[in-house]
Amino acid sequence: MSGALTVARTGFPVLVQDLGRPGLAAIGVGASGAADRGALTFGSRLLANPETTAGLEITLGGFEATIAGTQTLALTGAVAPATLDGRPVPFAAPFTARHGQRLVLGVPALGLRTYLSVRGGITVDPVLGSRSTDVLSGVGPPPLTTGSTVPVGDPACTGFPCLDVAPVSPPPAMLTLGVDLGPRHDWFDDPLSLARRLWTVSSQSNRVGIRLEGQPLTRSSACLGRELPSEGVVLGAVQVPSSGLPVVFLADHPVTGGYPVIGVVRSTDLDRAAQARPGQTVRFHIHESR
Amino acid sequence: MSTAAAPVTKPTLLPCGQSALLVELGTIAAVLAADGAVRRAVEGASPGSPWAEVVDVVPAAQTLLVTLRATSALSPLRRTLGDLLVGLDVTQNLVSDDQVVQIAVHYDGPDLTDVARLCGLRTAEVVTLHTAAPWRVAFGGFAPGFAYLTGGDARLEVARRPEPRTTVPAGAVGLAGSFSGIYPRPSPGGWQLIGTTEATLWDVDRDPPALLRPGWSVQFVDAGAT
Repeated sequence: MSGALTVARTGFPVLVQDLGRPGLAAIGVGASGAADRGALTFGSRLLANPETTAGLEITLGGFEATIAGTQTLALTGAVAPATLDGRPVPFAAPFTARHGQRLVLGVPALGLRTYLSVRGGITVDPVLGSRSTDVLSGVGPPPLTTGSTVPVGDPACTGFPCLDVAPVSPPPAMLTLGVDLGPRHDWFDDPLSLARRLWTVSSQSNRVGIRLEGQPLTRSSACLGRELPSEGVVLGAVQVPSSGLPVVFLADHPVTGGYPVIGVVRSTDLDRAAQARPGQTVRFHIHESR
Repeated sequence: MSTAAAPVTKPTLLPCGQSALLVELGTIAAVLAADGAVRRAVEGASPGSPWAEVVDVVPAAQTLLVTLRATSALSPLRRTLGDLLVGLDVTQNLVSDDQVVQIAVHYDGPDLTDVARLCGLRTAEVVTLHTAAPWRVAFGGFAPGFAYLTGGDARLEVARRPEPRTTVPAGAVGLAGSFSGIYPRPSPGGWQLIGTTEATLWDVDRDPPALLRPGWSVQFVDAGAT
């Protein structure tokens, strides 16, 4: 181990995340992994880490850490003001921290999850092949709170990309998510109403799913009061409980569910979905199937 | 009580996003037959075959979910999976062995009186029926260590709660449809909660981590009040 990060202050628990543990759904273990996978792997690329390297997922900022050893760091995902011993550090660009320095991350103006990557990666012990914390199943390292320390590994290689800064576009005020209908869209009276209505991200959203508020979807008369036997669900599934209010499943979604899934959000839109903040407006765009 | 009497339906492939298919099979027996056939195909897959792109195979009560690494393999998978299901022998029965796990339950769940009312029973009768005979572990899913238990008394069939709870405590014993189950750790859930157990359903430091395995039986025992 070539150093460590110690959480000196945080609002929400900070999670260690890599790309998760796919392939264990049959024993009830979901894939988990970074909610915004693109943001985490971007941090890995900036630091010449392998794509599977673990970083820290920080929700709504308000985070401070002290650095042990000399470390090269990068911040990606939701943009928040950041300083190292009081001096501003760049976003989406590598920077160096010396032993004992303190990193302070403010609250992002837009977006929800900021990723802190470190060259060499966070090297807590993997569980079932991954260092990701799955908040639903409890598999993986415990969430980090004030006082938690995590080890930093040695760099995987000596090479380093010559990249000063990479452009990042801010998240849109209105989030539009592409959806393919099915498998259970025929349970609904008017499945296309999913795309005609505006939805608001509920404060009860988490890594399991984005709970949406709005005008409830109604079941078709044939499916009123009908029970769906539990069935496998995928990342991005839009599940509709009896309340009629959709839930978009994120990284820590359950492996099976007992409410109909009206459609599945396209994988290309899931990283942006993972940055949706409570109160934000969401609309769906339904892709016509052939 | 048993799903064996349900009519055998023709397997149907339902769309499930750009990198998965949901196969509707109708019965647990057909699901487990299809699950076995798909797993064998995945294990023997040659590079370039759509089976080589399969990430997860998830059996459930009436369906089998097959998920893929790459969206490009979806069309080939649809054809290959369709061919496999045409020749499926759904008459093969569930594998079962004699392992029985006893689980002590305090029947003090918040939905016990609702369940009794919905089933037209007294609460004491709910407890009697739940502990009357062993249940069988059919399949997992929902959460690590969670097992769908089948073979219970038909009088305990009850709908899920209209709105799922955001948090159900670990050890909560529930009913949903014809199944019973135990929450291995705190999680959201819509099952009707009839009791609580102190048994540890899932522990990653234990080998195997899950207390219950498919094919095993579970005998619930009334442990009285907490």
